[in-house]
Amino acid sequence: MSDAAAFSDDGTAGTLRFSGCLSLAKLGDLPDRLAAYDGQVQRLDLSGIERIDTIGAWTIHRFAQKTGADVEGLTTDGQHLFDQVVAADQPVSIRSERVPAFQRVLGEIGHATIQAGNTFVGLLGFLGATTIALGAIIRHRRFRFNATVQRFEVVGVSALGIIGLMSFLIGIVIAQQGAVQLRQFGAEIYTINLVGRLSLRELGVLMTAIMVAGRSGSAFAAQIGTMKLTEEIDAMRTIGVSPMEALVVPRILATTMLMPLLGFYSALIAIIGGGLLCWISLGIPPVTYIQQIREVVPISDVYVGLIKAPVFGAIIGMAGCFQGMQVEADAEQVGLRTTAAVVQGIFLVIVIDAFFAVFFSSIGWL
Amino acid sequence: MATAAEDKNKKDVVISVRGLKNSFGDQVVHEDLDLDVYRGEIIGVVGGSGTGKSVLMRSIIGLQTPDAGDITVFGESTIDREETEAVDIRKRWGILFQGGALFSTLTVAENVEVPIKEFYPELDPVLLDEIASYKVVMTGLPADAGPKFPAELSGGMKKRAGLARALALDPELLFLDEPTAGLDPIGAAAFDELTKSLQRTMGLTVFLITHDLDSLYAICDRVAVLADKKVIAVGTIDELIALDHPWIEEYFKGPRGRAAIATQETQEAMSAEAPQRTGAE
Repeated sequence: MSDAAAFSDDGTAGTLRFSGCLSLAKLGDLPDRLAAYDGQVQRLDLSGIERIDTIGAWTIHRFAQKTGADVEGLTTDGQHLFDQVVAADQPVSIRSERVPAFQRVLGEIGHATIQAGNTFVGLLGFLGATTIALGAIIRHRRFRFNATVQRFEVVGVSALGIIGLMSFLIGIVIAQQGAVQLRQFGAEIYTINLVGRLSLRELGVLMTAIMVAGRSGSAFAAQIGTMKLTEEIDAMRTIGVSPMEALVVPRILATTMLMPLLGFYSALIAIIGGGLLCWISLGIPPVTYIQQIREVVPISDVYVGLIKAPVFGAIIGMAGCFQGMQVEADAEQVGLRTTAAVVQGIFLVIVIDAFFAVFFSSIGWL
Repeated sequence: MATAAEDKNKKDVVISVRGLKNSFGDQVVHEDLDLDVYRGEIIGVVGGSGTGKSVLMRSIIGLQTPDAGDITVFGESTIDREETEAVDIRKRWGILFQGGALFSTLTVAENVEVPIKEFYPELDPVLLDEIASYKVVMTGLPADAGPKFPAELSGGMKKRAGLARALALDPELLFLDEPTAGLDPIGAAAFDELTKSLQRTMGLTVFLITHDLDSLYAICDRVAVLADKKVIAVGTIDELIALDHPWIEEYFKGPRGRAAIATQETQEAMSAEAPQRTGAE
């Protein structure tokens, strides 16, 4: 339909005649050839071209600027387009400026430090805001029963399947690993101690916390973050509904109150899983297994698990809601904040767990 | 001017939609919808909320596979094409989505470069940067908007940046989905002016979805009205009003429509070279 863009000079007169289509698709290597042209040019004659688009016009404009030549022979529309392109000739930087690597690393460290500090302060502030909201709820007796119960279902009931399966497998793994190691001393019977105490004291609650952080903490951040983006939270505020009371408190209550239940349930299932392995691989019948569990697991282990669980739950819920409330500007943030909610939740849970371990052993619950 | 061009190219159909049917579950959005768009015109698509204006656009550009019907753009069918197919068509159109749909990890200028890089990877990087620069300025963005990320832009600037990207390849066909929605009247008028001037200089065909009566009066050569699951009428605004359809009457003659007419008449009186629309067909 149309030819590739080309130009020819008429020797000495200093006029370049262009022909063909001066458009992106047909431009080919015209810019390179123009750059390589070193003759004297006074005029650029465009009367022979079939079509011109802005990119063609830009190429001509650049060349005309470089050589100081005049552009002529354009049709009215072509001239209009050319003028518009010329008018748009302003320096624009494409990317933000590159900083040297050393400086950049320093900057990033500083940035991360400030951010960590801000997050810590923000989290403290959020804890305060949640406490105030709780206080307001109790004082004004406007507890959102339905919202809370609904969260209970999402956080607790629908998690039973996956947490059960996970705990069952963990029970089996503990028992199997324990049996292999303890067999070397002929002390396979202590596998039962290992399964019972570890499940109730540590792993049941810890693994449940990790699962709840992944399932519910992330969901809280994503839900609240999306609501923040769609201005739902602002709408709530203007109507006089406090988002802290309506969104945050029910969620944190749900994780706080359900973590002990889920943790205990998880420990029981892990003990069942371990018992199954003991029965099959060590030949310990279930009756003996249960009797042994009752003898070797002190009741303080159950207390340890049950005391830690609500604290973990509160941390996970708070990290999720806090990160959700931090979302601003764009959808990308929702993803980042959701990740941060899970990472922070799990990290804080493990830190607090270490403190608990020291605390319980120093009060004599060994 | 537009009139003459339209008469001359009367047969030159850029988009042709025949017997289009779209439905989501039980809800039928389009049924037996026909529409032709001619080269070089700005066609406005109007219709109440939920009449499937955006769905029509998505069907034409191949993002939504219709239940039935034929759609051709530049003489080629766009239905059931994979993203990698129909590259020739994709080089020839530009699309501005409602929210701008800018790539959030790239700066504005880099956004503009994406389609050029994709289709013309051999282009000199210096020229590429220059092209992105003048496109950014041409769409009315300030020069310092180039290295900004989409999250740092206001709604109007996002639309302009989206337009710059849509125009990156100097397309022949431009789809605009509610370009002036959410802009202030001055910004909206400037955007209209920009669209019109680009259409004039680059010989663009523009498929414009809008609720903005001022836009319809100011820049559209023809208007297609979507109602009852199909295009009930296409023509100049005067022709549409002459049709005596209750919804169209309400749409153009309502208080907002009258205000737009008044604005338009003032503008026409002020500028002698305002295009005459009355004799378009």
